[in-house]
Amino acid sequence: MKLLKLVPDNTNIGFVAMRKWAFALTALLTVLAVGATLHKGLNMGVDFVGGLMIEAKFPQTVETDRVRTTIARLNVGESSLQQFGDPKTVQIRLPLPEQGGAGASNAVVEKTRKAMEAEFPGVTFSRYDTVSGKVSGELVQTGVLAVMLAVIGIAIFSWFRYEWQFGISTFVAIMHDVLMTLGFFAVTQLEFDLNIVAAVLTIVGYSINDKMVIDDRIRENMRKYRKMDKKALIDLSVNETLPRTVMTSMTILLALGALLLFGGHVLRGFTAAMMLGVVVGTYSSIYVSSSLLISLGLTPAAAEKKAAKKSFVGDAERVGPRDDGAKP
Amino acid sequence: MLNFSRWAVFAILLPLAIGALCAIPTFLPESTVAQLPRFMQTRVNLGLDLAGGSHLLLEASTQDVAKQRLTNMEEQVRTELRRGDPKIAIGDISSRDGKLSFMVRDPSQVDAAVERIRPLTQGAGLTGQRDFNVEVVNSSSIVITPTDAGIGNAVKSAMEVATEVIRKRIDEMGTREPTIQQQGSNRIVVQVPGLQDPKALKDLLGQTAKLEFKLVDTTANPAEVAQGRAPVGSEVLPYPGNPSGSPVIAVKRQVMVSGEDLTDATQGYDQNNQAIVNIRFNGSGGRKFGQVTSQNVNRPFAIILDGKVLSAPNINEPILGGSAQVSGNFTVESANQLAIALRSGKLPVALTVVEERTVGPGLGADSIRAGLIASIIAVVAVAVFMFVSYGRFGIYANIAVTINVLVILGVMGILGATLTLPGIAGFVLTIGTAVDANVLIYERIREERRRGRNIVASIEHGYKEASRTIFEANVTHAIAGGIMLALGSGPVKGFAIVLLIGIATSVFTAVTFTRLLVARWVRTHRPTEINI
Repeated sequence: MKLLKLVPDNTNIGFVAMRKWAFALTALLTVLAVGATLHKGLNMGVDFVGGLMIEAKFPQTVETDRVRTTIARLNVGESSLQQFGDPKTVQIRLPLPEQGGAGASNAVVEKTRKAMEAEFPGVTFSRYDTVSGKVSGELVQTGVLAVMLAVIGIAIFSWFRYEWQFGISTFVAIMHDVLMTLGFFAVTQLEFDLNIVAAVLTIVGYSINDKMVIDDRIRENMRKYRKMDKKALIDLSVNETLPRTVMTSMTILLALGALLLFGGHVLRGFTAAMMLGVVVGTYSSIYVSSSLLISLGLTPAAAEKKAAKKSFVGDAERVGPRDDGAKP
Repeated sequence: MLNFSRWAVFAILLPLAIGALCAIPTFLPESTVAQLPRFMQTRVNLGLDLAGGSHLLLEASTQDVAKQRLTNMEEQVRTELRRGDPKIAIGDISSRDGKLSFMVRDPSQVDAAVERIRPLTQGAGLTGQRDFNVEVVNSSSIVITPTDAGIGNAVKSAMEVATEVIRKRIDEMGTREPTIQQQGSNRIVVQVPGLQDPKALKDLLGQTAKLEFKLVDTTANPAEVAQGRAPVGSEVLPYPGNPSGSPVIAVKRQVMVSGEDLTDATQGYDQNNQAIVNIRFNGSGGRKFGQVTSQNVNRPFAIILDGKVLSAPNINEPILGGSAQVSGNFTVESANQLAIALRSGKLPVALTVVEERTVGPGLGADSIRAGLIASIIAVVAVAVFMFVSYGRFGIYANIAVTINVLVILGVMGILGATLTLPGIAGFVLTIGTAVDANVLIYERIREERRRGRNIVASIEHGYKEASRTIFEANVTHAIAGGIMLALGSGPVKGFAIVLLIGIATSVFTAVTFTRLLVARWVRTHRPTEINI
């Protein structure tokens, strides 16, 4: 059987030579993403702004305008509607009543339910969330904290494990991934809720996974080819790991694609964020973090010193006589 | 390296077998699982977003607790100084800014007053910290300030009682497997799976259920009462159902009988077939009630719930049997709810719902089905892709992934972890990333082959070199997962649990288990060429 090879053997793409262009493109995209986030803002879910979210499932397709007027008559505050997943499901967002606590938000839900049932027979409320302003504030805080801690924690790990240049390049690349994701949500206006924070953290985790594999190869090659030009060395490392990068991205995109198409509407935003993250993370591993190492002046000597200290045993085995032995 | 000792094989296969076995109960119907021995009942719990149900986050106001304590303190001080022996006259008693202050009429008695109050301010704990500080200002005024430690203790014990009361109330509703947990210093998380009517639950939990019987002050001037003023010894309370039309009523401050003297409460009907709550007092409560009603025949008394008057019926005859009826425009449901609330005791502090997430059972079932379909398609797609890319080795990777999925479910079952919707996403993602380790290894083997190494050396090198990379990459991945677990709530946590378990098991299955499979094949077949 002939096996599938997505990346032909001995591929040699000059990634580093392209890095000026890549940097320009990255910078442009990042500015656009940040600009979109600041300008359009994120469509924050009730998790982060507080309020009441009702998901109504209708027996047949409905016009959101009719739903809107039904709710407007109730005098429960300004509603915002969104078709969600399929045309039969509508997400209704309402502000939380300022006073009266649990009873008051109960009353709003009941009022809405009764009015909707009268207007659209057969409608069901499949889900509703109410989050008070205080709790939503806390959720924003922990969400931001979680992402920041993850990024910093990972950067520190790669700094200690490798060299400071790796720490910085990794940090920059991950921030790039996070900003891109935010930009994506600002442009698409998909709802940004707690689940998306989990998605962003996963992107961070995946992206770093990718970068570690390439960084590891760079370090290995630095030991192997001490005299090699840094640019050539990074190109070599990225090309050597390219088959793996492409393969793994493919398997993950396959899995996420299944989730996007068949996983139900609740997870759609979540899955879309992760798919984007995989693409962006792969891009940033190749063009941002690896290329950045050159600009940061990575020297083989530094790598050598640290490597000698850390994987002495590995080195000894590498040069041992095992290379050609066909021991079963 | 391709040699595995008998022990090593055993050590690799045993945990995988146990993990996979523990996953089986999850796929069996509940009734079958109940018949299995205890250690086999390792099912993965479904989160509320999958099972349907309500998640409520209730918050108690710490300020309320502090205020209540100060009110109690005021009462205690009054009793101790005015009614104790010798009597110490005090005046200008007031609680403001969270402090209680009063004046001792006779300045020579100030020291004695402080001595008498001291025991009241002692904390209950063994730490020796005081609950209140007592200070003398201007030589005749005494200021009592609650200490932070005292407030902390009070909140702590109030929350413990509140959690217990909530547990009783939810149990009375007959829902199965509720989770009631204290979170932080002043919050309680309530999770009730499969609940049809979360409104009833919220109404029930929102009731403090402080029941009091007080005499109506018939001497009060209605015009003054309407303006919120009451005669000395009385107070004005809201009375939404007042037949006279006025939304307020004046009642005597003194409590005839309170909810603490209850032994039972049930929903019933009065002679007009109106829903009411029948209550039964304990011995002393019954005696007190009998005594007061005998002395006040033909006068009205007020039934007060959580500071609101429910009704103010006339006392037609002395109520001596130790039982009474609470009436007040109830529906059968609301009467039943009040009965439950009264039976389970009053909440020591009012709770407000600050977060609610309710998922209908229909949506939950849809989500499970969608998640299951997506997972199966993901597994099949990845498996086919791995097979066409790596042939025999791809099959090994697929076996590893399949076992990995079972082991994750098994580990979740053992840990009693909950599978949520994002957890399913975590699962699908894990399937995608689980093959990453194998991809790294196999690509490495391909490389080594291209460099001209022989088969066995290539495989050995592939596994050895890739293992280090796999480790590094997964440690960082685990950092992200750990942070999600530590900081996340609800969905984020559910995702993190699956992710972390998946990282641990996938490294083991992808690196160690496939090596075992590959080694067996190489040893038995001694291939002269490998198709990878």
